[in-house]
Amino acid sequence: MQPDALKGGFLDLPIQSATAFRSLLQAMAQPGTIHQLAGAAPPPSISVAAGVVLLTLCDPETPLFVGVSVDTPDLRSWISFHTGAPFSAAGEAVIAIGSWQDFTPLSAFPVGSAEFPDRSTTLITELVSLAREGSNACRLTGPGIQNFSTLCLPDPALMQVNTAHFPLGLDFILTSSSAVAALPRSTRIEVI
Amino acid sequence: MTEQIITPSANDKNDTTTHNPETHNFDATDSYNFAYLDEQTKRMIRRALLKALAIPGYQVPFASREMPMPYGWGTGGVQVTAACLTPDDCVKVIDQGADDTTNAVSIRSFFARTAGVRTTEATDEASLIQTRHRIPETELTEGQLLVYQVPIPEPLRFLEPRETETRKMHALSEYGLMHVKLYEDISQHGHIATAYAYPVNVEGRYVMDPSPIPKFDNPKMSDCAAIQLFGAGREQRIYAIPPYSHVKSLDFEDYPFDRLRAPGACALCGADDSYLDEVIMDDQGTRMYVCSDTDYCSTRHERGHVGDQSDLFDSEEG
Ligand SMILES: [Zn+2]
Repeated sequence: MQPDALKGGFLDLPIQSATAFRSLLQAMAQPGTIHQLAGAAPPPSISVAAGVVLLTLCDPETPLFVGVSVDTPDLRSWISFHTGAPFSAAGEAVIAIGSWQDFTPLSAFPVGSAEFPDRSTTLITELVSLAREGSNACRLTGPGIQNFSTLCLPDPALMQVNTAHFPLGLDFILTSSSAVAALPRSTRIEVI
Repeated sequence: MTEQIITPSANDKNDTTTHNPETHNFDATDSYNFAYLDEQTKRMIRRALLKALAIPGYQVPFASREMPMPYGWGTGGVQVTAACLTPDDCVKVIDQGADDTTNAVSIRSFFARTAGVRTTEATDEASLIQTRHRIPETELTEGQLLVYQVPIPEPLRFLEPRETETRKMHALSEYGLMHVKLYEDISQHGHIATAYAYPVNVEGRYVMDPSPIPKFDNPKMSDCAAIQLFGAGREQRIYAIPPYSHVKSLDFEDYPFDRLRAPGACALCGADDSYLDEVIMDDQGTRMYVCSDTDYCSTRHERGHVGDQSDLFDSEEG
């Protein structure tokens, strides 16, 4: 165990995880909306927002896939100490952390079954930035979105394939520095 | 205040709720975590809530915990609320539209004590509303959470008792039987007799039980700005409707859905657009109709709206 692994968790776990979850709930309920997360100081290979999401959702019951671009001994120690989540292959992951490139091909992750579509991986996807305008700007519609929303997505075409599997599919939590947004499988995506 | 005897017409049939304050002492919670539940339980419920939002109308299984109250008190709703609360919340709890029943008062004080949250009876002041069997009349706004207490989450249960079979029916969108049942209603009664827990289709995919709200409330679920979350404790299911989702009450071309509202106005505030409860006033069986939503009714009354028996309201306050 690295000595730094003990640091950077929530100082007041019940309150900070409640506050963080509420932002995540809002993000998942209204796809494309951007929220701020704070309270974690994870090792530098992941963002503050991704660290907060891990602390909020992971525990010994959630096998976790760690993508190669963020995978460091420090990160693994930090995750183990603060969440107790077991590390897993993509095929068993309840939650995954990494860059978009780490997650392709997406077919490596479970998308749930017809009878239990909830048994699919939630992918915490680290992005350089969370932006509404720029390259790969997409128009989002669907449940949780009044009229439409816009967000730049790493790979709109692959994400459209994910949406096409609804009600099966992967759910994305997009993180960048302290910002978070969500893209559940129900969101319809059009490149603008 | 006036003793109100709610007639059976205002009660739902498939609930076993008891209203016995003697047997439930929430003071036994001297040492508890924030919002009562332990962190691991809250995380498990939170993960289920995110999946529920990602698959609108689909029932996510979760491992329900014992709560310091019986199942009929809405332990599913209480657990969902506990997993969502932050110290900044302002909580409202309604039971059949009323803030002042033993059930509503107890749950409200439970969260005031275990989570230190503020409480309110005003719909527009609440950030989280836990409800048993009604949707407030006041339109909900973005950022609000509406948490429903659900006794029986499976809309197909009375057609098919086996869980493995209902799961398959949902997987295949095989909802024909449900339409047959509703159509039998029509041939038997001339209209769809189902008045509570009237099934809805969410975003064109899952058929969902809206909990035993009167079907008058069904249209409020569609295109609603608030996040709607449903918790069934005994049956261990969580489901959700994201804001602005399309929610359609099942119906037929020749028998379109009808909200069914008794004609007339509230005797206290004069509202002609609210859901009314029939109330027996005295031993002689004198009846009147009043808003089931007590906050809506008293707010209207305070703003000067009157019904034909408003003097009763005033004498109560004096
Ligand atoms: Zn009234």
